[in-house]
Parts: sequence; structure tokens; C-alpha cells
Amino acid sequence: MKLLIKGGRVVDPASGRDEVGDVFVSEGRVVGSFKDKPEKTIDAKGLVVAPGLIDLSARLREPGYEYKATLESEMDAAVAGGVTSLACPPDTEPPLDEPGLVDMLRRRAKALSRARVYPVGALTVKLAGERLTEMSELAEAGCVAFSQANVPITDTQVLWRAMQYAATFGFPVWLRAEDRWLARDGVAHDGEVATRLGLPGIPPFAESIAIASALLLVRATGTRTHFCRLSTAAAVEMIRAAKKEGLPVSCDVGIHHVHLSELDLGYNDSQCRLEPPLRSQRDRDALAAGLADGTIDCAVSDHTPVDEDQKQMPFAEAEPGATGLELLLPLVLKWGAARKLSLAKTLARVTSDAARVLGVTSGRIEAGAPADLVLFDPQQSWRVEPAALRSQGKNTPFLGYELAGRVRTTIVAGNVVYEYR
Amino acid sequence: MAANPQLNANGELQHLLSIEGLPRDILLQILDTAEPFAGVTEREVKKVPLMRGKSVFNLFFEASTRTRTTFEIAAKRLSADVINLNVAVSSQSKGESLLDTVANLSAMQADVFVVRHASSGAPYLIARHVKPHEHVINAGDGRHAHPTQGLLDLYTIRHYKKDFGRLTVAVVGDVLHSRVARSLIHGLTTLGVPEVRVIGPQTLMPAGVEALGVRVFHDMRAGLKDCDVVVMLRLQNERMNGPLLPSAQEFFKNYGLTAEKLALAKADAIVMHPGPMNRGVEIDSPVADGPHSVILPQVTFGIAVRMAVMSIVAGN
Amino acid sequence: MTPKLPDAEALLPKLAAELKARVTPASAMIGLHTGGAWVAERLHPLLGFKDPLGLMDIAFYRDDYAKEGLKHDPKKTRIPFEVEGRDLLLVDDVLYTGRTVRAAMNELFDYGRPRSIALVVLADRGGRQLPIEAQFCGAKVEVPAGRRLRLKRAASGKLALELEDGG
Repeated sequence: MKLLIKGGRVVDPASGRDEVGDVFVSEGRVVGSFKDKPEKTIDAKGLVVAPGLIDLSARLREPGYEYKATLESEMDAAVAGGVTSLACPPDTEPPLDEPGLVDMLRRRAKALSRARVYPVGALTVKLAGERLTEMSELAEAGCVAFSQANVPITDTQVLWRAMQYAATFGFPVWLRAEDRWLARDGVAHDGEVATRLGLPGIPPFAESIAIASALLLVRATGTRTHFCRLSTAAAVEMIRAAKKEGLPVSCDVGIHHVHLSELDLGYNDSQCRLEPPLRSQRDRDALAAGLADGTIDCAVSDHTPVDEDQKQMPFAEAEPGATGLELLLPLVLKWGAARKLSLAKTLARVTSDAARVLGVTSGRIEAGAPADLVLFDPQQSWRVEPAALRSQGKNTPFLGYELAGRVRTTIVAGNVVYEYR
Repeated sequence: MAANPQLNANGELQHLLSIEGLPRDILLQILDTAEPFAGVTEREVKKVPLMRGKSVFNLFFEASTRTRTTFEIAAKRLSADVINLNVAVSSQSKGESLLDTVANLSAMQADVFVVRHASSGAPYLIARHVKPHEHVINAGDGRHAHPTQGLLDLYTIRHYKKDFGRLTVAVVGDVLHSRVARSLIHGLTTLGVPEVRVIGPQTLMPAGVEALGVRVFHDMRAGLKDCDVVVMLRLQNERMNGPLLPSAQEFFKNYGLTAEKLALAKADAIVMHPGPMNRGVEIDSPVADGPHSVILPQVTFGIAVRMAVMSIVAGN
Repeated sequence: MTPKLPDAEALLPKLAAELKARVTPASAMIGLHTGGAWVAERLHPLLGFKDPLGLMDIAFYRDDYAKEGLKHDPKKTRIPFEVEGRDLLLVDDVLYTGRTVRAAMNELFDYGRPRSIALVVLADRGGRQLPIEAQFCGAKVEVPAGRRLRLKRAASGKLALELEDGG
């Protein structure tokens, strides 16, 4: 099908292009131009036309957690948020440690014809940190990387061997580095706020100790390692040094963590119960700066729908996580504006840079690239409230906030999969 | 962030959830109101009809006979009806959520919920969901707060020392896990006590505790020097042999209160303890039973303070 | 037209004279906070009682707690004598609906069983809602609708009756 997107402000972070123009789509790909009359024309005047967002962490809650959310509702949420590709972590029930499960997930997602889903496979069987999974089989079934989600491996021998094995095949390993013992029982950043609120804390060195160990393993194994959800200033420093040294590492940050800190816990607001925890203002500022200077490669939503009952609990008992697919765009725009970055640079962190980590060819607007696009109005504000969200997860610290950045149209493989009404 | 959930639109106390965030005036109002109630306790007819017809529900999700009993006595002295719900055993174990439990009780015409819970913040959650005429009193939530204990400690200090503005107060022991310590510290700093000290090993001090307005001492002798008030915290059994402390004996050696260490404080220093005491761990018997100890009067004052709190919130 | 209010200071010797004629030193006196206490503090030394003056706060016995809460800063009740079997004089500043006196009697009975209670008031403004009367009254005062009759004490100790707005 031939599609013409007319007169929008075309922003392509990969090339730095930012100008008013037209985008031509044919047979699911972006093309230079075409002479024939398009079957469909979209008037993009006043809107930004950018590559569809690529979110490296979004929980779709299938299989196993269908009472929290379903593939349908969360895929609706993704495209409503302008997300055209997403990677989902392996912590489903059962975890994604068998090719059959991965295959089924991919088929279900494909059949829905919304965003592209890239499953991240479990690094160990049942995420238990003991036995390696059949990474080769899982990769064939469609896994793009292997991770432990939020379940750290305590047996360092297993971690080392798992990384070695992945490196054998060139598979990337995604790690959320946290020392299981130091983080044990903790629910908030170990600092003044946790002390005041009487919450067990997770000291920042729980993260830095784990990153330090993991970096030494990277040096030893050469595994391509992506560190997920940095939360401390110390972590940013360590990754910066590791990259300078030339180690094959990358990292991401949850978009909430560049905006919020422990102070936002207020009177024990369980909407702020997140993994990793919201830390000090100094940490938050270092994360925001790290994302700006590229030490942190990309921002993710870490979308985690949690039903209301699980949030209406005392802080320490509430289930951690926030809904995020529909907030990723406005929150990344908010971050970019605060740091006075160009729109191209801002969007790079959720498009071209994320594509690089994921190893896909989307995330750019150039001839030959898949036609995954988002049209949005950066000025249009909307109020974050349950009715405005397609996701079944209405849990967010930003409830009641007005955010700027409204997705109007989302296109995947040249097909319109979402239009704002 | 929302307005202080403890105060109603007129700035009056509607729930007592923590001492932190309460204005000085309200703290003093509670202490002043407790005085006449202490007088009631000394009469033959120890009751006043103030809360006749009102129902006080003791919702204890964490078992405690002592605290529950003092709240029960306080409520009965106000002529209120008291219902004790040992929720730890009943509905919670059936998987009923905290809020469902409260909603069910609401349907039974409660006026005051006295809540003790193992998770910090639980009383706040409850207070956000009760009806306008229902009042929540926090009887202890996790490590966070135990405001009535803090208030009775303040009352005790005022009773013996009169002027907060000239005191040095030391809080000794497991500050990390202590809601009693946190509440007392907030109360002391709000009422203008110039020097508040915490004394204990590093393993028992919470991160950033100085931000609460205290001076940290790891050497007990240095910390007790010239103190007017020494508050000993209870050390729970499960803390005693593990990553935090090697043994009760070693704790007593360095941080237990003996007459010899107490001699470093002022000659008229008072010794307090929220109870129950572990003799030979935090404090030795000669001191606990000695002339400086006001531990038993604390218990009596506790009833008057709880009567004051209940009658203030239930009337607003 | 504001009616002329009696001079509180002039009423005190009048009351003292009436009381001296009728009560024995074996009786005991209790003043109700705050105004009644002021009046009692002035009368007590003139009457040669054996026992010191008792002072009572009825805050915990009021019947308007449900509506008003514990608003009126409660002071301590101190009754430094045995109530059982005694003839007591209850002293208040202004007698109006009678509810304050009802509360005071209830509280008094929680201390013991007196033989008799007589009521002494500085001013009676009528408007009773309960069957209560003063045995000793300084003056009857007519108060216009919407006004309140109050006793004030100056820094010098001088007592004066005043009208305020309010029901």
C-alpha cells in the first residue's frame, strides 16, 4: 500500500534531520518518493513525524498474569503511546525459558498486528539462577537477548558461565545489577526518606557492587552486556568508565527515574513503589545527565501493569511497578525540554539508540527502513487519569498530572494501527 | 502532595498517625489535655462520661497485649465501648485485604480505630479510606511511628523536667528498627529540645539519621555525659545474634545502662524505657528499679495521654 | 438599648454577707472554671471555711461533646477534701440554661456522695432548660437576644460583667 504523510515536521534522530516535509511509505517501508497517487494520505501539518518509539522493557503480562492485563490491552496501550517495537522481559508465568512459550507469545503478538514484540529470554531455567537455558533454541524462537528480569543470580559461578555461554553465540545479556543480599527486604532507597518513613532500605552500593562484579565478568568473557534500569549516580560513573575502556556495554534507565526521587514517596505513596527504588535527588540528576550525554543509551518505560488492589496496600507490601507505555513519549519530551536538548537528540533515546541496542533496523526514517512511525503533537497536553489510559495498569506516580505530548497516529509496517479520537 | 492527613480543614486533629508533621500547638494541646485526665486516674471513680455511646475498635494486625490493654483501659475510662479485634488471626490470614477489613468494620458504626500494623504507612492508608466521622489512631506501624508512646514520653519528660528548652536527651539502642525512637525524636525537636542524641552501634543506626536533627554517638559514655533524660530502647531477640549484633552480652557491655554509666549523666537525670524491658540487655535491674527510673510512672501517664488523644480526635 | 449591668465587685460583698448568715465553716466550697473559680476565690477567704477551696473543670462531663468536641481547654479538677457526706457550695459566675451545673453535679457525684449541694451564682440571666435554681444569687440580669453575659477579670483582679455577641 502506498501511504503519504504530508507536511509534518519530520524528525529523524539517526540522521539528525529536522525539517518540514513529506514521508513516503510503500509496501511497509519508507521510500524516497513515488510518483503514483497514494492510496492514503495523512495530513501531518502541525505534528511531528518521528520513528515509532522502541521500548526495551514493557511487561505484557502474558502468559500467566492475565488478570493483571492482557496482550490485547497492553498492545493497544503500546500503539496509543506511539510505541511500535517493544522488548518484553522474561518474568512471565511461566518464565520465558522454553522455545514453545516464546513462539506462542510471538505468534499471538503478530496476530494482533499492532507493535512488534521482541521477547527477551530467561538466562537461567525458571529464572532460578542455577541451570542455563537453551539459549540457542530460544534465539531461534525469536529471543533477542537473555536476562534475569528482576531476579538476581546469587551464585557468581552461574552468572559467569551464563555470560560465557551467551558470548559463545554472540547473544547479548541484559542484567539488572543488584546484590541480592544487600537488597534483601529493602523496599526504598536507604536514605533520609526511608529513615523517616520507617521503610527498610536498599543501599546504593547494592547496585554498584553488582555492576562492578558484572563489569569484571564482561572483561573476562567479552559478553555484550546491557545494564538495565540504572538507579544510582555511581552506576553512571562506572558505565562511563567501562565504555571509555572499550567494553561491549550499554545501559538504560527507567523514564520515571529521571524525573522522580525518594522525595516523591510523600506519605508512603505506593504508586512510587518501583524496582529499582527511586533514589536521591543527586542520583536522579546524574541519571538525567547521563541520559543526555549518551552514557545511558536509552530510556525505557519498564511498563508494569499492577492491579489497584495490589497498590492499595502499605508501601512495603504493595507490588512494585508503574504503567508506562503511554507515558514514555510525554515523559521523555519533558526530560529533553528540561535539559534543553533538541527534539532529535531527545527522541534518539527512544528510537535510534534503542534500535541499536536491540539490533533492529527500525528506529529511523530513511529509504529502506521499516515504516514504523509515530505522528504526535508535542504541544497538546492531556491529563493522566485511568480513563485516558488504554493499559489495564492505571498505576502511575503521574496520576492527575498534565503532560504534553499527544500521539495522533501510529504506523507499523506501513499500516495505521492507532488513531487518536 | 496532599495536605497533612492528620488535620481536618480547620487545622484540628482528626487522626493521630505520627508526631512528625504535627504543629507544636497540637502537641502541647495533647499534653495539656492529658493533665486533667491524669487526675481522673487518681480518683475513686476513674471514669468520665465523655465518650459514652462511642465505639473504639482496637485493630491490632500485629499482636500486642500491653499496648492494646492500655488503649482499652483509656477508652473504658472515657466510658466508650471497646471492641478488640485480633485481626492478625482472623480475616487477614484468610487473605482479606487491609481495606476490606476496615470497610467491614466501618459498617459496624465505629468512631475510633486504634491500629497497630507491621507495615509502615498502614494507618495512613486506612485514614484515607475511613468515613468522615471515623478517626484513626496509630498504635504503631512498622518502624515508622508510635505517636502515643512518643507523646507519653514527652509528657513524662515535661512532668519531671518542666522546661524542654534546656534539656539534653539521649535515646539509646536499636534506633534502626524503632518506631518509638522516631516518634520521640520528632516530638523533642518540635518542642525545641536543644540537644537530642542517639547512641548505638553503627549497625543499629538508620541511614541519614542526622537529618532528623540528632547527634550520633557510638560511644555510650561520651553520649551520656551531662544528659538530663536517658531513654533506653528495647532490643528485640531476633536482632541479637546475626549480622547486626554478635550477642546480647556484648551489647550490654557497650550499650547497656548500668549505674556506673548513668553516673556520667546529670545527678538528677531520669531513666525511661517504653517497655517491656530486657533486664541485663538494655538495662540492669538496679537502674531499672532505682531512684532515677520513671519507667512505671510512664505507664500511668500513658493511659492519661491516650485518653487525651482519643477525646480530642473523636470530638473533632 | 443596652441595659445597665450590675457591678460585679459590688455584688461580691452582698453574696458574702448572705452566705455568712446561712453556712457553717464545716461546709466546703467548689468554684467552676473559669468564671466561677474567680468568684469563689474572692468569696472563700471571707467565709472562714475549714477546708481549702476546690476547683472543678466540667469539660469531661459536658453534654455537647458530640457537637463541639473537646474544644474548651480542660483544666485540672482539684478537690482537696472529702466529698462524702458533706454540705457543698457550688459557685459559678453566670446561671443560664443550667447545663453547666448539671455537668458539675454529675462530676461531683463521681467523687463521692455529698449530703447537700447549694448553688451560688453571681448573676442569673434566666433561660433555664433544666430544673435548676440558685440558692444564693447576686443579681438577676436581663440579657437581650443574641447576646452573651460574661464575667471578665482585669489584670488587677477586678471583676466585671460584660455583654458579648453570641447566643
